[in-house]
Amino acid sequence: MSKTEIDDLIILLAKLPGLGPRSARRVALHLLRKRESLMIPLSQKLSDIMNAIKTCPICGNLDTDSPCNICSDFRRDQSIICVVEDVGDLWALERSALYKGLYHVLGGTLSALDGIGPDELHIPKLVERASQIEVKEVILATNATIDGQSTAHYIAKQLADANSNISGLAHGVPIGGELDYLDDGTLLTALNGRKPVAY
Amino acid sequence: MEWSDTGIVLSAKKHGETSAIVTLLTKHHGRHAGLVRGGSRKRIQGILQPGNLVDARWRARLIEHLGAFSLDLVTSYGTPLLLSPGPLAALTSACALSEAALPERQPNQPIFDGLNFLLQSLIEEYWPKIYVKWELGLLSELGFGLDFSKCGATGQKSDLKYVSPKSGRAVSESVAEPYKDRLLPLPPFLIDSDAAPKTPEMLQALILTGYFLENHVFAQRPGGMPNARQRLTDIFS
Repeated sequence: MSKTEIDDLIILLAKLPGLGPRSARRVALHLLRKRESLMIPLSQKLSDIMNAIKTCPICGNLDTDSPCNICSDFRRDQSIICVVEDVGDLWALERSALYKGLYHVLGGTLSALDGIGPDELHIPKLVERASQIEVKEVILATNATIDGQSTAHYIAKQLADANSNISGLAHGVPIGGELDYLDDGTLLTALNGRKPVAY
Repeated sequence: MEWSDTGIVLSAKKHGETSAIVTLLTKHHGRHAGLVRGGSRKRIQGILQPGNLVDARWRARLIEHLGAFSLDLVTSYGTPLLLSPGPLAALTSACALSEAALPERQPNQPIFDGLNFLLQSLIEEYWPKIYVKWELGLLSELGFGLDFSKCGATGQKSDLKYVSPKSGRAVSESVAEPYKDRLLPLPPFLIDSDAAPKTPEMLQALILTGYFLENHVFAQRPGGMPNARQRLTDIFS
């Protein structure tokens, strides 16, 4: 391996999130030192994943199966669809193991300036899915940002004719959060969304 | 170079891994962009939401450089609107129009005051009227002011029902009769300051201002008018 090829490897590694040129050099050196135990299995796994990974044609999730394991699992509740912005949000909900329904990954939010419209976000596909008779609820789990909520309102309007309930996630004080450290907006949303306390 | 000013966040785009390029509409420095270091971090993202009023400090070695902002949140106008589709669409539309239509680094305090007033008013019941008045003000500041004070043809001040798409002036009903298919309807609330807009009138008003925005302000812009403006119109249709 010539110096140029190692440089190319460093440049590619530096494109990964969390790695700058200096840390990419460290990673490259580590890989070169552990060729047998790390570099070969890693390169093989990357190649396998690259060939096997597919975007689920139903929900937009990334998986090696098509449809994905979530869409093809009939033990999951087929009557609820949770709409998320990104695959990372889907993974976060799956990590919690609290939600047992289906998903729909938008792949972003409607963007005023970037020209991201409903077609880029697979919204027509969502409307089609939500109109199916077995779907009883659509949960709009977009982020609590201006773009996220604008997208949620837009989707809610598009789903008005679908025969399913439309709900959104609650916003407010996080578990373990202290009021003193919360921003005004979160406090206001928490106050507006207050609930009766059981005794 | 260094200055401090009050500004309204119009947009924030991720730059690199941790930073963001933020565009503000400032009180004394016009629409101004700058780098916010750490702007992609979750802790800062709340401050960079469109429609937030911030205290901004801009620093650069030379005035023509992009420079870096440090921002402190003053008021988050968007947060109380997160669950209200109409006002939220108006906020997004106003920020997108300001970002796309205003020239960079040209101070214009009336534009800043107008947007600030609009954002403050979005929690009020009468926000649709304020929004349309804001768009009329924006058109006027950009050199495409519409005149509803009298008929463009006869000078009469009553019975004004249409607007000429060519001149942007009001036209009375009697004069408009032969051409009314080619004219834009003038909603009554735009000439009677006490009248409250009904939904069909609001739609007419948005079509009216939208026509002039699209054909004059955004005619040369690639992509035309921002999509957020169309989504606001859709709410009233």
